[in-house]
Amino acid sequence: MTSTGRRQPSASPNLVLVAAGLGLDALASWTMAQQSYHWLPVQASTAAPYVDNLFALETGIGTFILLGCSAVIAWTLLFNRAPKYDLDDGDPIEGNLTLEIIWTIIPLLVVLAIAWHTIGINHTLATLGGKQRLATAAPVATAALPIATGSPPSAADSAELGPIQVIARQWSWEFIYPNGVRSSELHLPVDRQIHFRLISMDVLHGFYIPAFRLKQDLIPGSVIDYRLTPSRQGRYRLRDSMFSGGYFATNQTDVVVESGADFAAWLAAAERAPLRPSFNEANDLWQQRLAKRNRGWATVPPAPPPEVNVSLDPKNTHEA
Amino acid sequence: MASSSSSSPSFDPRMIKEPQPLPGSPGSWRRYFSFNTDAKVIGIQYIAVALLFLLVGGLLAMIMRGELITPPADLVDPTVYNGLYTMHGTVMLFLFLFPVLNGFNNLLIPPMIGAPDMAFPRLNALAFWLFPVFGVILMASFLVPGGPSGSGWWAYPPLSTQNPLGHALNGQLLWILAVAVSGVSSIMGAVNFCTTIIRMRAPGMGLFKMPIFCWTALAAQLIQLMGLPVLTAGAVMLLFDLSFGTSFFKPEGGGDPMLYQHFFWFYSHPAVYVMVLPIFGVFSELFPVYARKPLFGYHVVAIASFAITGLSLIVWVHHMFYSGTPQWMRNVFMVTTMLIAVPTGIKVFAWIATLWRGSIRLSTPMLFCLAGLFNFIFAGITGVMLATVPVDIHVGNTYFVVGHFHYVIFNMITFGVFAAIYHWFPKFTGRMYYEGLGKLHFILTFIGSTLNFLPMHWAGLMGMPRRVASYDPEFASANVLASLGAFLLGVATIPFLLNIVSSWVRGPKAPPNPWNAIGLEWLLPSPPAAENFAEDVPTVISGPYGYGLGQPLVEDQERFERRAAGLKP
Repeated sequence: MTSTGRRQPSASPNLVLVAAGLGLDALASWTMAQQSYHWLPVQASTAAPYVDNLFALETGIGTFILLGCSAVIAWTLLFNRAPKYDLDDGDPIEGNLTLEIIWTIIPLLVVLAIAWHTIGINHTLATLGGKQRLATAAPVATAALPIATGSPPSAADSAELGPIQVIARQWSWEFIYPNGVRSSELHLPVDRQIHFRLISMDVLHGFYIPAFRLKQDLIPGSVIDYRLTPSRQGRYRLRDSMFSGGYFATNQTDVVVESGADFAAWLAAAERAPLRPSFNEANDLWQQRLAKRNRGWATVPPAPPPEVNVSLDPKNTHEA
Repeated sequence: MASSSSSSPSFDPRMIKEPQPLPGSPGSWRRYFSFNTDAKVIGIQYIAVALLFLLVGGLLAMIMRGELITPPADLVDPTVYNGLYTMHGTVMLFLFLFPVLNGFNNLLIPPMIGAPDMAFPRLNALAFWLFPVFGVILMASFLVPGGPSGSGWWAYPPLSTQNPLGHALNGQLLWILAVAVSGVSSIMGAVNFCTTIIRMRAPGMGLFKMPIFCWTALAAQLIQLMGLPVLTAGAVMLLFDLSFGTSFFKPEGGGDPMLYQHFFWFYSHPAVYVMVLPIFGVFSELFPVYARKPLFGYHVVAIASFAITGLSLIVWVHHMFYSGTPQWMRNVFMVTTMLIAVPTGIKVFAWIATLWRGSIRLSTPMLFCLAGLFNFIFAGITGVMLATVPVDIHVGNTYFVVGHFHYVIFNMITFGVFAAIYHWFPKFTGRMYYEGLGKLHFILTFIGSTLNFLPMHWAGLMGMPRRVASYDPEFASANVLASLGAFLLGVATIPFLLNIVSSWVRGPKAPPNPWNAIGLEWLLPSPPAAENFAEDVPTVISGPYGYGLGQPLVEDQERFERRAAGLKP
């Protein structure tokens, strides 16, 4: 059906109003970008500030776009509403080539600029602590654990520490230090690059420490060389981020970042401690389930708790 | 009530003879349970069964949110939670969204382009009847020993090939079968939709006189044709690894678990565009109707759909930034992913410009479109954040992704589905819906979905992994809000179902064009006769969105309008 009439052109905002609106939008976006740092956990690795700055930049740009678009939509809803029983059509504007070119080119430039900026950050993060997937000749899951051969912890504090083997299982974390100490919570010296070897014994797992803003999957059949530098002392959470089945949610532990001296003392004490089975929530829950006639859906049984010198203590509270 | 005995029928008399959905006519309901080849019957079959599965998926979601309202896993066993979330995702994607959109393709494409039916009606019916088949296969997995698949809707090996109980018949096997059969059904549908759009348009309807819904349907179905064979190949290999001891993805046999992720995401990321593109089409149809203005920049909006199709096929690795991907791969796929913001932005700006200086009517479909547009801008912004590698490495696989994904899939796509259901309800049922119930449904849905999915972003930024059955106490507040929102969404379905059922049974009869809309489907009676225009197909003489331009859409427009209204030509 064709039009029954045409409405008179309705109110349009004038230039002053548009400029004021854009100014307000920019101010609000700046505020949101500053606020965005508070939506994230504490920054505890050298990578974290780069991630947070990028997130703040994107929050700012995103807020500007969201508020700008919403303001225009709100304007039309306020001033371009049809009165009841009014059957008229709006202005028959079919398009505007200049405008269409502008709103193709500007977003293109904006996303390319963000992408260019981010490629730079990717490069920086790679130099701060890269990763490399090593193909292994022997299947890792069945081979004996490789014996760690790294610099002893007594080396200069500036030297890289490692490799620390990170072994993930359904559902436990185990860390083996260069001197052979085994633990189920991760202790790291602050301000020193750490070299990890990420190894999964069964399925995919994710090595994720939110306070570090870092995450890397562990891929069965591969060893992943991984490096990072903690930058703030504290107790943080390490969470399995790649779904690994049955008791996935319990596959978490603590990361303790401490001074070099404290770390050395901890390591020495750990060396003297005897091996004993670690605390392991998945196993506790599995035993409870078996006691209740094994009701629930199918899952592989949890791997036995790793034998460690130092166990995770569930009573500790973490910062982030 | 319409009845064949009425002295002066207010509808096309062919409707009595033809197998089409006229409420009240004898035996009309039976055709919905038969191998009917009429696209309009098939469309309603798809939508009805899909809405049934929306309730199933929603129920699973509410049990999950019940579990997550407190930090420990105390409502169901963690393994049960894993099965519930796996089935929630699978049901919502493969049994709700794809089928409901295929329902709209069936209902809308032939009338919009003036075709009597789909190009291959029997193939069309076969594609539909596979849907209950894989629906039953998937639901049956709740009954097999060990319960349904609990490896997530990605079904990443080696987890998905672990088969803990060792039974030959297990939930994971049924899951793979259901997904494979669903793929076959979707390919059948895609062949049909593409052929129909390319070959069966009304005289005068060149590609650039075609409604945007048909453009987006074509763009989406081309993705199905290019992507689905890859997913199906991956699913077959996974099935062989699971059931026949092969080792395509098993490292101990020389396979690589990462290979599956490439197969899976090569289709499953574009799959999001298969779902979102038709909703872009719905927005492009509805904004002009309810703002009484031509679609701003029609040509660019149409072409942007194909830019999205092309780009969608080269972005899949952004799901694997934190897996075993090298740096160059991260950079390349970050750039391609971010480029999608450009054609998508073009569409968003075009819709906003369509509203500008319009004559806006806030009926239920328009409310769903406006809220869907707002939510989509938000989701697009979090999408660009996720595309940038460093941010993705922090928030990937956390609740930030769950929030982003649901903002796209529910707060935008499903909002568009509701808008489309309300908008075309009078056309295909011949009845008007109740505006008050529609608005109540909208308000509850908007509040519920915002409450449900917005706090998830915060939980994810703070480091809460997705797919957990229990979590650390610091995430409790976000999860309580999300759970309340989910329960509110459950409540919101009550006015919706009440509206749809009662309107169809006893709503006021709908005129041929209740919204004063432009389009070939509005030149047909409500509901249209079985073969739409049959042999008397109008010749299209102007573009699809001539609001306020005062041009007729087709030659002899008045004759078609009178005929649709049941008057003598």
